[in-house]
Amino acid sequence: MPSGTGRLTILDDVSFDVQEGEAVAILGASGSGKTTLLGLMAGLDTPSAGEVVLDGVDLFALDEDGRAALRGRMVGFVFQAFQLLPALTALENVMLPLELAGSAGARDAATALLKRVGLGERLDHRPKQLSGGEQQRVAIARAFAGNPRVLLADEPTGNLDAVTGQEIIDLMFALNRENRTTLLLVTHDEALATRCRRRLRIAAGRLTADEVA
Amino acid sequence: MRALLQSVVFASRMLARDWRAGELRLLAAVLIIAIAAVTTVAFFADRMKGALGTEANNLLGGDLVIVSGRPIAEGLVEEARGRGLRMVPLVKFPSMALAGDANILAEIKAVDLGYPLRGELRIDETSLGPGTARREPPPRGSVWVDDRLLARLGVKVGDAIGLGEKQFRIDGVIVQEPEAAVGFLNLGPRVIMHCDDLPATGLIQPGSRVSYRLLLAGDPQSIEAYRAFAQRKSGPGQRVEDVRDARPEVKSALEKAQRFLGLSALSSVVLAAVAVALGARRYLQRHLDACAMMRCLGASQAAILRMHLFLFLMLGVAAGCVGCLVGFVGQGLLAQLLASLIDVELPPPGPMPAVHGFLTGFVLLTGFGLPPVIALGRVPTLRVLRRDLGTPTGWGVAGYAAGVAMVAALLLWEADEPRLGWYVLGGVAGVILFAAACAWLLLKLLVRGAKGAGFAWRFGIANLERRWLSTLTQVSALGLGIMALLLLTLTRSDLLDNWRTTLPAHTPNRFLVNIQSDQRQPLAEFFESAGLPVPGVFPMVRGRLVGINGKAVSSADFADERARRLIDREFNLSWAEHLRQDNIIVAGRWWGPGERDLEQLSVESGIAATLGIQLGDELTYDVAGSVLKAKVTSLRKVEWDSFRVNFFIIVPPGLLDGLPVTFVSSFYLPPERSDIMNRLIHDFPNFLVIDVAAILERIQRMMDQVAKAVEFVFLFTLAAGLAVLYAAISASGDERLHDAAILRTLGAGRRQLLGAQLAEFALIGALAGLLAAAWSTALSYGVSVHLLNIPFSANPWVWLIGVFGGSAGVAIAGWLGTRGTLDHPPLNTLRSLG
Repeated sequence: MPSGTGRLTILDDVSFDVQEGEAVAILGASGSGKTTLLGLMAGLDTPSAGEVVLDGVDLFALDEDGRAALRGRMVGFVFQAFQLLPALTALENVMLPLELAGSAGARDAATALLKRVGLGERLDHRPKQLSGGEQQRVAIARAFAGNPRVLLADEPTGNLDAVTGQEIIDLMFALNRENRTTLLLVTHDEALATRCRRRLRIAAGRLTADEVA
Repeated sequence: MRALLQSVVFASRMLARDWRAGELRLLAAVLIIAIAAVTTVAFFADRMKGALGTEANNLLGGDLVIVSGRPIAEGLVEEARGRGLRMVPLVKFPSMALAGDANILAEIKAVDLGYPLRGELRIDETSLGPGTARREPPPRGSVWVDDRLLARLGVKVGDAIGLGEKQFRIDGVIVQEPEAAVGFLNLGPRVIMHCDDLPATGLIQPGSRVSYRLLLAGDPQSIEAYRAFAQRKSGPGQRVEDVRDARPEVKSALEKAQRFLGLSALSSVVLAAVAVALGARRYLQRHLDACAMMRCLGASQAAILRMHLFLFLMLGVAAGCVGCLVGFVGQGLLAQLLASLIDVELPPPGPMPAVHGFLTGFVLLTGFGLPPVIALGRVPTLRVLRRDLGTPTGWGVAGYAAGVAMVAALLLWEADEPRLGWYVLGGVAGVILFAAACAWLLLKLLVRGAKGAGFAWRFGIANLERRWLSTLTQVSALGLGIMALLLLTLTRSDLLDNWRTTLPAHTPNRFLVNIQSDQRQPLAEFFESAGLPVPGVFPMVRGRLVGINGKAVSSADFADERARRLIDREFNLSWAEHLRQDNIIVAGRWWGPGERDLEQLSVESGIAATLGIQLGDELTYDVAGSVLKAKVTSLRKVEWDSFRVNFFIIVPPGLLDGLPVTFVSSFYLPPERSDIMNRLIHDFPNFLVIDVAAILERIQRMMDQVAKAVEFVFLFTLAAGLAVLYAAISASGDERLHDAAILRTLGAGRRQLLGAQLAEFALIGALAGLLAAAWSTALSYGVSVHLLNIPFSANPWVWLIGVFGGSAGVAIAGWLGTRGTLDHPPLNTLRSLG
């Protein structure tokens, strides 16, 4: 990445494969480049060099809209800051990926998912009216709404207290098992990382370890 | 002192930085729009006031004028001579002017040596030259005419024109003359002739509409003393005028027009206030972090506040200068648009309008920009660590109370009279509240209706609902702007067209005035020989109302302006045996066949109401010096729209016998027979022909011009409305970026994002257009039914253009304002705002 004083390298020589159904934690200190890596894997950001292949498709051979369509089909997201749309109700937030993909029956599918995450009674509430934990549940429901084959989670418990965080993680892993989703989890929390079978460690933009439990 | 200087220097550096970053451009643009709107009108008004004030003496042609319907009494002339005043008599009357195949109704002025006593009469070979000043009449047998007459008759200097029974040579063009300067009422072209030529024209006959004037000039004391004398001596039908009461109707019409334009300009100030408030809030949010950091680095609250005050002061001064400049250019355009209504050279404007403009700018900045900025000083320092500490609130809505009060004060000032001011203020507040209420209702309906709609619409509507306050503001502001445009374009021409179509075919389009008794038979023969139906003629006697129920009345007894005018001028009295079809008795009864010569009157109901005349009242008229007393035995409603000859006062036949009588007539002249008019005027040179079609056309041209001027001022209102839209868009810019980023991570394509945004803006535009169409339809209904008395017919185009034009326009403006949000890489956005 070009910066004020020359080139700034955020990620360098990071190369790995993830098999379908794997659960992988990406561990690293703040500023190590792990969120950037996640962004690249999702095609939210473009690298100066290198490739990301998702289900046999080179992400950066597609244009922005092509990547968006691929994401809509294959990728679900859970963010640290939830990133719900404040204008929409819980139900509408969960319906969103389905609607964007133009699939029928969005309402029923979203209602079922919200019931599954324990928010069956809060369908018409706006994010503002929900607690942090509840908002993250909505976000998880949204992430699974499109039946994604890959779930990307960026510090999903970072904004939550320990107890709520634990509940959210349990929920996320449970859904992951039920849906047989490939999970890529970015965190700096070792305890959380141990719940994944494989752990990638990143430091100063380089892959330093690839551990399988 | 040093701290102050430092603040100034720092503030100017910040101003330059913020300007580069685009943060202040919106505020500056809004201020410029508002200041330009206000100064455009103010500069123009100032020039008009200058023309009316300083040149009033010149306009009058003397220091004092005595105006009368009869020759000026010798006693008044003797007295003036005795007091050593200079004087010159003149006679004014309308007459047809003829040249070849063309004819036109002109305003004739017969003057004597010494005219004018004050001001300048300039005559030249062409209308373009500067002319030479004259103080004498044209040579006998010659006339001076204005360029309108040359153009309309197709003649030039040296050609001949006919006035009455005499031919005159055109000796020069009137470049400038007193008495004619400012006016909506100077419709006819003008002719100046020598007073000694008057008898030869044969135009002055009993019953003619002649105004005799005596111009006087002298030192102020003598004039003042004479004025008092003349006022004591002057009987009914005579009035004494000086600059103070010269052309009051023109003055009041112009003042009303200016006031209206001024208030229109203020509508853009009201909208600008909203935009400034929005823009300043955005500025606050963008600067909170920077200010928190400055506090961390040791800046005091006062220092931060001071710096921002200076920054705003500089912004205000800069915007004021640019705004005044734009306003100055604008007033030139305004003067051009109204050029043909203003016959006078406008003096350059004074400095007051600029002061007015700067004042407006500072009211906006201090009233609506300052409250959020004051909050900047109180930013919690801890914000550097915890961004979610939020925004210091200032005083919330209450913070704007001072601003609202100041704008209200501006409105009251502009309205000039308290009652109108409060009406306008109440109207503005009412319209704003009503607009917001309508918008809110429509929004609720939309939300309800959106349940089954597609993603883009639902998302757009959800956004509108989330930012409901901003939505209501935008819809109301844009609605006002669109309404102004709809009213001035579609609705106005609709009303005119509707009115025209309500007139039946063959509605009389020519009036003949000043027909003498012995001309009735030749006139009928003339029409027969031309193969046209012979029009009916109606007798007319001119008389002045001098008493009601035995009590003398004068215009001073009436407060109502129309009533005063009616008392001051002469009425046309007529007689009739039978009640006409377009007259309906609303009280009392029409006289029977056996009641000839009985002293009774039938009065038009409108005029009776204006003058407070009731059934059974005894009215006294002075008709050419003899007294006529009669009882009101009926009140009539008259359809004036029929364009047939009608009278306010009708008496039974016989009652007016022996009094000087002329006749009037109206008839329909098919366009292909307009050739007979010249022959008619040639055969009957004393007739006045009033061409209704030409007058209507002239009125319409005037209305078009006034409407264009108002439209021009409302362009500022629309610009201010768009500024509100833009301010609201930028205020929601961060939210939009955030939403777009999330949608992108969820797989939304560019088209879907664009669709959602366009849906949102198109809905705002459609709502605003819908409101605007509803308001302008309601207004047009009111004007049709209550003012013009014509059936109302709705124009579907108002709705179509309002709704679709509004939504397309706002969608485009919104797209221009937000297209950047689609191009941001989503991850960056989520990080910086997350």
